[in-house]
Amino acid sequence: MLFSPEQIRKDFPIFERTVRGGKKLVYLDNGATSQKPNSVLEAETNFYKLHNAAAHRGAHQLAEEATQAYEGAREIVAEFLNAPGGSEEIVFTKSATEALNLMAYAMGNAHPGNRFHLGPQDRIVVTEMEHHSNLVPWQQLCDRTGAELAWFEVTPHGRLDLSAIDSVITPNTKVVSLTHQSNVLGTINPLEEIVRRAHEVGALVILDACQSAPHMKIDLAQLGVDFLAFSGHKALGPTGIGVLWGRKNLLEDLPPFLFGGSMIEMVTMRTATWAPVPQKFEAGVPNMAQAVGLGAAIEYLSSVGMDIVNNHERTLTEYLLQKLNSVDDLSIVGPNDSEARGSAVSFTVNQIHPHDLGQYLDSQGIAVRTGQHCAWPLAKRMGVPASTRASLYLYNNEADCDALFNGILGAQKYFGSF
Amino acid sequence: MELDSLYQEVILDHYKYPQHKGLSPVFTAQVHHVNTSCGDEITLNLILEGNQISSLTWDGQGCSISQASVSMMSELLIGKTLDQASLISTNFSDLMSSKGTSSGDSLILEDAVAFAGVSKFPGRIKCALLGWMAFKDAAIQAQTD
Ligand SMILES: Cc1ncc(COP(=O)(O)O)c(C=O)c1O
Repeated sequence: MLFSPEQIRKDFPIFERTVRGGKKLVYLDNGATSQKPNSVLEAETNFYKLHNAAAHRGAHQLAEEATQAYEGAREIVAEFLNAPGGSEEIVFTKSATEALNLMAYAMGNAHPGNRFHLGPQDRIVVTEMEHHSNLVPWQQLCDRTGAELAWFEVTPHGRLDLSAIDSVITPNTKVVSLTHQSNVLGTINPLEEIVRRAHEVGALVILDACQSAPHMKIDLAQLGVDFLAFSGHKALGPTGIGVLWGRKNLLEDLPPFLFGGSMIEMVTMRTATWAPVPQKFEAGVPNMAQAVGLGAAIEYLSSVGMDIVNNHERTLTEYLLQKLNSVDDLSIVGPNDSEARGSAVSFTVNQIHPHDLGQYLDSQGIAVRTGQHCAWPLAKRMGVPASTRASLYLYNNEADCDALFNGILGAQKYFGSF
Repeated sequence: MELDSLYQEVILDHYKYPQHKGLSPVFTAQVHHVNTSCGDEITLNLILEGNQISSLTWDGQGCSISQASVSMMSELLIGKTLDQASLISTNFSDLMSSKGTSSGDSLILEDAVAFAGVSKFPGRIKCALLGWMAFKDAAIQAQTD
């Protein structure tokens, strides 16, 4: 069947409602979170209705079914990412934020001799375009271990400046943690060069795939990174479920972060040993219904086809950029062409503060994000204290872009020329 | 349009022509406040003569609501005693938490009653309060220094 965003939309009940006094909902805030199709809502509800029990515990049928459903979701994720080591490499967390914190805290737990151990002689590398959730945990880890934090700068065009790559990723670098796609600029980062240099010096690469995994085919067998994190809720799935993927041998060496039930092998009054991966990283009764919901979300995306989703977004992003570029006094913050960029497009409109623009757009039923998008250092670097962001997904169409275009013109008229 | 209750003429006027913007070279207290959710910033300089506010100047960047609010606040508070200012400030805070049920006391708030509409937009109340919070902080500092 031919791909049609209008057809897709019918699977998403939220588009049946109106906002702000009968206005059609134009949802352009997918970078923050995505809407959910019926199949996801049903999968989550059905888990509670039919199979609810604590996975991996209990000697009864429901516990067995719950375990199957939860582990089934893990397999779906492994296949979605083409994880070379299969589902054992998939750790469920509550979000990407938790996955990234897991990495940072687990490394902080590593004793001398462990490959993850960090000290004052070591370096952690990030970039200036990181979301706070892939910056602050590393700042804090450096603070606790004495390791040094270094970063790639961002050019005025919103690309990573890799010109000094060898002096940023130095031989004492242990970790390079970066975003696949900027949630502000839309920039897709060139992983190949970074991974090559990182591995050359023996550093591990952690990829924040929050803004990429929901929008493009991820092939872990090809990417070369060592760990990857994303959030289910940005990929049509429920909130409360995130994914950390890691190479099996690395997950085995990485100490646990959260301790408690389900993550242990044996416990005495003084000591404990750990369950095999991935259970080692999943203390407590997990977010089972949410994992199952994520499984359904991925099945939905896969049934459409990630290449088709990606193609649609690329075409639509080009259309959106063209529309936005035709607005007087509007500047795109980030790459102004569709080359190596995703569908998050930030911009400023001369004199109209993003908060005011967002408010006007909201009055027209158009949902966008305004502010610094959880990336203060990037805002500072780009010299824009705040911007407005439109971010697309598979259910968006040209009419949504037109609505945004008309909304911006409307705001210019409404606020007059300051 | 609902939006017009938020963007009153007098608010947009203050945004276009901010009053008392530009920091005084000297001050009794200086504070810097940020709205962490949207990045709006205000630096406020307060000069007290005895118990009286003799100067209130500011600089900042942000949306029309935050900037107009601090502009109107300076106009309103200059010349007032700290006690009077505290009363006005409490009155303004109450208006902001009124969820659109109050039109404000124009004897106390004067032009600032124009912000009554903001109380219907939960996302914008913090914007309107940014300058006032900064003032509260500055007043405390000025009295403890
Ligand atoms: C690039 C990026 N990284 C990390 C996150 C954090 O995701 P979450 O809040 O779902 O943990 C986000 C979400 O805004 C993001 O866009």
